[in-house]
This record gives sequence, C-alpha cells and structure tokens, in this order.
Amino acid sequence: MFIQQLINGLILGSTYALIALGYTMVYGIIELINFAHGEIYMFGAFVGLILVTVFKVPFILAFLLAMAAGALLGITVEYLAYRPLRQSSRLAALISAIGASIFLSNLALLIMGAQPYTFPSPFDATVYRTSLFVISKVEIIVLASSILLMIALTLFVQRTKVGKAMRATAQDKDTASLMGININRIITITFAIGSALGAAAGVMVGVYFRTVTPTMGLMPGLKGFVAAVIGGIGNIPGAMFGGIALGIAEVMGAAYISSQYRDAVAFALLIIVLLLKPSGLLGRTAQEKV
Amino acid sequence: MHKIILKAANICHSFGGLMALKDVDFAIKSGEIVGLIGPNGAGKTTLFNLFTGHYAPTRGEILFNNLRISGLKPYQITPLGIARTFQNIRLFGQMSVLDNVLTGQHCRTRTGLFGAIIRTRSSKKEESRAHKTAQEMLHFVNLGDKKNEYASNLSYGERRRLEIARALATDPTLLLLDEPAAGMNPQETADLIELIRQIRVKMDKTILLIEHDMKVVMGISERVAVLNYGRKIAEGTPGEVQKNEAVIKAYLGESA
Amino acid sequence: MIGPYYLQLLILIGINTIMATSLNLILGYTGQLSIGHAAFMSLGAYGSALVTLHFGFPFLVSLLCGALFAAFFGIIIGLPTLRLKGDYLAIATLGLGEIVRIVFLNLELTGGAVGLRGIPKKTTLLWVVLAVLFTVFILSRIIRSRIGRAFIAIREDETAADSMGINSTYYKTLCFGVGAFFAGLGGGLFAHYMRYLNPNSFGFMRSIEHLCMVVLGGLGNMWGAFIGATILTVTPELLRTVADLRLLIYGAVLVLMMRVRPQGLLGQPLRNGIPLLGRFFQQARPKL
Repeated sequence: MFIQQLINGLILGSTYALIALGYTMVYGIIELINFAHGEIYMFGAFVGLILVTVFKVPFILAFLLAMAAGALLGITVEYLAYRPLRQSSRLAALISAIGASIFLSNLALLIMGAQPYTFPSPFDATVYRTSLFVISKVEIIVLASSILLMIALTLFVQRTKVGKAMRATAQDKDTASLMGININRIITITFAIGSALGAAAGVMVGVYFRTVTPTMGLMPGLKGFVAAVIGGIGNIPGAMFGGIALGIAEVMGAAYISSQYRDAVAFALLIIVLLLKPSGLLGRTAQEKV
Repeated sequence: MHKIILKAANICHSFGGLMALKDVDFAIKSGEIVGLIGPNGAGKTTLFNLFTGHYAPTRGEILFNNLRISGLKPYQITPLGIARTFQNIRLFGQMSVLDNVLTGQHCRTRTGLFGAIIRTRSSKKEESRAHKTAQEMLHFVNLGDKKNEYASNLSYGERRRLEIARALATDPTLLLLDEPAAGMNPQETADLIELIRQIRVKMDKTILLIEHDMKVVMGISERVAVLNYGRKIAEGTPGEVQKNEAVIKAYLGESA
Repeated sequence: MIGPYYLQLLILIGINTIMATSLNLILGYTGQLSIGHAAFMSLGAYGSALVTLHFGFPFLVSLLCGALFAAFFGIIIGLPTLRLKGDYLAIATLGLGEIVRIVFLNLELTGGAVGLRGIPKKTTLLWVVLAVLFTVFILSRIIRSRIGRAFIAIREDETAADSMGINSTYYKTLCFGVGAFFAGLGGGLFAHYMRYLNPNSFGFMRSIEHLCMVVLGGLGNMWGAFIGATILTVTPELLRTVADLRLLIYGAVLVLMMRVRPQGLLGQPLRNGIPLLGRFFQQARPKL
C-alpha cells in the first residue's frame, strides 16, 4: 500500500516538476511569477488533443508538436505582456501576468467551451503487477518521459553554450550582457524551454487522467509554482525535487489524512517550508545587506 | 562627562565562514567625538550594524549604559538612545521631509490604535509635541523651508542632512554617522563639519563617525580608532594615529 | 426610486470599495503584497452569517462578530507569514487563502460545497453607505497618525524603519489585523445581502479581483481604491451584452493598463516613471 502510494506520488510529482521547471527558469532570469504558465500547460494539452483526435497525428509527433506550440505561446506572452514592462515595477509585471492568464483561459473557454474533453489513450491498458505495487503502461511512459525531459534539460543547462549563458544571465544580467550575451535572446529561449516543458506536462496529464478542460491550468499551475518555491525558486534541481516532494506529499496526505483536504496539503507544505526556510529546500539563504 | 557609555568587548562577527571582525574592543565616553577609519572592507559598517542591532555578534558582548544590547533588535536599541545614519542614505522617499523626521519621534510617542482613531486629547498633545521637535530638528539642519517636499526630491547634500535630522529626532545620546561626507563637495563638507560640532555643543550628543575624508575625521575627532581586516590596529588622538606605522602600512601597503 | 438592478450594483460597489480600501491599507500603505484578501472576506461572511443563524444576533452585532473573527485570523496568519517579503509573502497568502477555502468547503457547519443558505437579508444600501464611510473614516485616521507613518515607513524602507524604533513585525501584523477586520466587515455585508454563501466565491480569482481594484485605482490612495472598485464592478456589467467576452476583455485590459499606466489612475508617477510603491515594488529589474 505504502509503496503503491509512493509510486503514484512520484508520477503525479513528475508532472508537477515539469510545470515547476517553467516557473523556476523564468523566475531565475526575470524574477517574475509567470502566472500564465498554467494556461500554457492547458494549451499544450489541447494542442495534443486536437492533433491526435482531429488530425490523427501519431502520439509521439503530437506530443512534440504540442511542446513546440507551447514554446511559441510562451514566447508570444513574454513578448506582448512582459517585455514592455521590464523597466516597470515588479507588481505591474505581476498584474500583467495575471491578466495574460485570465485572457488565455477565457480564450480557451470561448473557443472550446466549458465541457471536458476526453483524451483518447494512445497506449493499451496493460498493467504490470509486482508484489509491492501495480503500474500501468501509461504511468510508466509518463514517468519515463518526465525523467528523460529533466535529464535533457539538465544536460542542456550544464553543457551547452546557451545553457551556460542562461545561468550567467540568472546570476547577473548586467555582467552577462557585458560578456556579450544577448539577454533578450536568452529570455526568449528560457520562455521557450520552460513553456515547452509545461506543454509537455499538459499532454502527459491529459493522457494520464484522460480529461482536458479550459480551466485545467489553474490548480496545477498554482501547485507547480508551489513546487518551485518549495524547492527554492530559481533553482532547477530544486524545482524537480520540489515537484516530486509535492506529488508524494499530496498523494500521501490524501491517502492517510483526508482525501477532501488533498489540495490543502500542497499549500500547507508551502507555508511550512516558507516559514522554516524561506529560500526553499535547495535554495541559498542570503543575508540582507544593510 | 567621562563616563563610558558604549563598551564592546571581544567582538567577533563572521558572515558564513568569513570573519569580518576579530576580537575588537571598543569604548566611547560620554560627550566624545570618535572617528572610525580603515580601508574598504575593514569591518567599520559591520561594527555599526552590531551596535545598532542590525546584526548580532557571533561572539562578544556590547554594553550601552551598562545594559547588554548585543542580541537586541534595532527597534529595541533605538529607544535606549542609539541612532544612526546609513552609508547609502535610507530615507523614506515617498514621505514628506517633515514626516521623515516625525518617524524619528516614533519611539518617543505612545499613541495606539484607539488614540489614533478617536484623537484623544493626549494623542493630540503628543502629536503637536512631536511636530514641534521635528520642526526644530529640521531648522537645526537648515531644511526648515523644505518640510513639505518629498524626501526623494531633495539634493544629495540635503538628503544627508535630512537623515541626520531624522536620527536626531529619536533623541539619542549616541549618534552613529556612516560616511556623512561621502559624495559632498568641499562647501557641503565644511558645512557638515560645522553641523557635527553644533550637534555636540548644542545638543550634547556623543558622536561616532565612519569617514574616508581625512580632513573631516582628523578635523573633528578627539579620538580615532583604526580597523584593518576586522582587527583594531590602532587607537589614539588624530596626531598619534597619523604617525602610527601599522596605520600607514594599512593604507599604503607593506612597501611603505 | 432606484431600480433593483442599480440598487444591487450600488451595494456591490460599496462592498467592493470596503474590500479595496482595506487591501489598500495592506498593499498600498504598508507595502505588503497579500493575495489572499478574499479569505478574510469569507471569514467575515461565514462568521457573521453563522452567528445570525445560530444565535439570532442583531445585524450590527453579527457584522462586528464577523469582522472580529476575520481580524483574529488576520493576526494569527500575519504573525508567522509577515516575516516573508514580496513574492514569497504573496505566495504564502495565496496558499493560506486556498487553505481557508478548502476548509470551508469541507466543514459541515458551513454547509460544505453545497453552501450556506437561508441567511436573512439585512444589508441595505444605507447600511453599505454607512459602512463605507466608517471604513474610510477609520482608515484615514489611522493613516494620518503615528501608526500610519510607521506603516508607510515600513513600505518605503523596512531597515530604516527598524532603526527609527519601529517594531516592523508588530506594525505589519497590526496592519494585517485592521485590513482583515474591514475585509470581514465587507464579507458580513455580502453574506447578509446575497443570503447564500459558497466557499468557491472566495477563491483565488476573487483575491485577484481585489488586487486589481487597488492597482487600477492607484496604490496608497483612498480615492483610488474607490474608483478602482467602482470601475471593476461596473465594467463587467456593461460588458454583459458580450457575456462570453467579458473575462477575455478583463484580462486584456489588465495587460494593457500595466503598459499604459502602471501606477493606476490616481497613482503619482515619479521621475523615473515608477509608481507610488515600496522598495520591493520600486525595484525595477536591472536595465538590459
């Protein structure tokens, strides 16, 4: 039972981790809570759904195209709603992000209607049983592809030139730009990658829970951000860790405490972490200079 | 007149692993003007922050009027009679000049929520007394005619003076000035030296100042303490310190 | 005299004005970014509705109970979370707001997801107007006092405020308590007007709506909060003919507003074009 819950939490957590990565990467670079990220996740799910059901595109291709579409939307949101506000107060940027989020979810509501759509499962219903737990083929694929994407991101950020430029920009924009890094380009790339991961999470959750709705982005969006804060915002391994910790805590809380308070677990965990270690579990604490 | 009001014994302070202050002993007598000098990064501002409670010392003890203040918070230390200015000027930019100084009277007033809402007689009296003190302080630093301006609209030199007025409004016995002459032109610097003298003469304050401008430090300090790499390397009258070999080395490097 | 439709609109404008001015105290004057204001509203709404239903208290006493109940939680919540700054405080208050909503959703006492029904209709336009005047009067008195100066000093520079002898934790908590009190008052009026309460009407989006009212009107400006509340209550009504596009336009307007006039309608633009906001908010991202 316990091991089974742990596996379930791990699967849920891996999708949170993918969403959290988008938040954390963007926050790391421009210190903005990208509230529209939940909508990009929803958008990814819809693109995947439409490609699979209407255009009969093979699932893998639909998945990749949904990621590309998510990246494109992320870049557009940044260009229209955030870039013009880069010199304004952070509160103004936050309000703009909230506006973008409201706009996108209502646009989806307008186009797709409020009813939920069923995502046809591209995988057969094979279930693997071991003595300790049961896992379905879909679950294995969701978990494996999340892990694969996270490894790819880590390698990209650690090894490539662009990844190094991203890290440098997150550390100190002024110095990075003096070193000849094109900051605008790095911000665009960051939004593209973060949004692609968010869209990937959307498709995976669509396949996993089999439903897609225009409002599906709100809660996972909030929880993805919570996961990023728990891990230490701006910290890429932190987001992965935070997402998985949150998924496990949520499943465990629902199983052993109360299923009705499932959504409260995430927020309670957030408050506890913030109070004990405001910079997040893997974040560094900085003393304010007087 | 010669009572020790501030005494720091064996102060150590580290940031992470970096020792910013090592075994510093320091004392100020009532009525003195003391200069604190040293190269950049010597730990001068850190020492200030320990005196005012912005940091708590890693080791050692600070006594103010025989009361242990190390470990207390700034809002607890200010009412005891220590006030400060900041190296990088920290005014309340979107408040009027007068309101900035009135904030200094915060710890000398008592009005609570009830008094503020009802405007009881005692709260009105207190408010008018605070206004009077604030106006006096503004006149003292020669900013009386700017009281309705936003603090952020003042010139650089005016802001430095406003910060001093705000600190004086807390009615301190010890005033800590962190590089008050930084960025001032020669005329402003001369006015500042005169102002600091007046603060002691007319207001009877004890003053400790950090300053890089040697004309200021040597001109007004009766005693100068020198920090280098977190240690106190010398202390004495301006004349003595200027001739001290360790100090010359610290400022000019080993070869000198 | 006034048709029922306009009466309802006026009452909602009044309640939203109370919500916006009380949030303005927290955000505009003290500089603490709270996005859980709807939670305080719900505490006041449920608190006052329950004492009306179970003890039959007179209207004014119920309102007071609801407001005190909200203030109590404001202080309980404020004490630990107000150590956090900026975005972190925002996220913590958001999380706490969600927790309050989920708790109400699952309590039997509050009717859970079905909602709380049968609250007597006691709120009239007169009561709302009196409550608005009362709120604005009390808040203005506080702001123009030693306490108000302490609030603004904390917004401008918390470190400097500390060294003026201002106990910032105390004043931030006080501000949260007072803000929550009036949010609770708004909630009580809401409960006794709508006669029905559902936890989901006090969710994250409601808090965002309050935030937008304050920012739209101009932070740290009493009239601004009133104007913001009025515009954001009336606009969705005007857009009723294009009901489907309502929120779409709302979102787009927020984005455009921040581009064109980020300091709000009545906010003072400063030399560098940064609105009347505290150090955290003022800190423009470094030049690129």
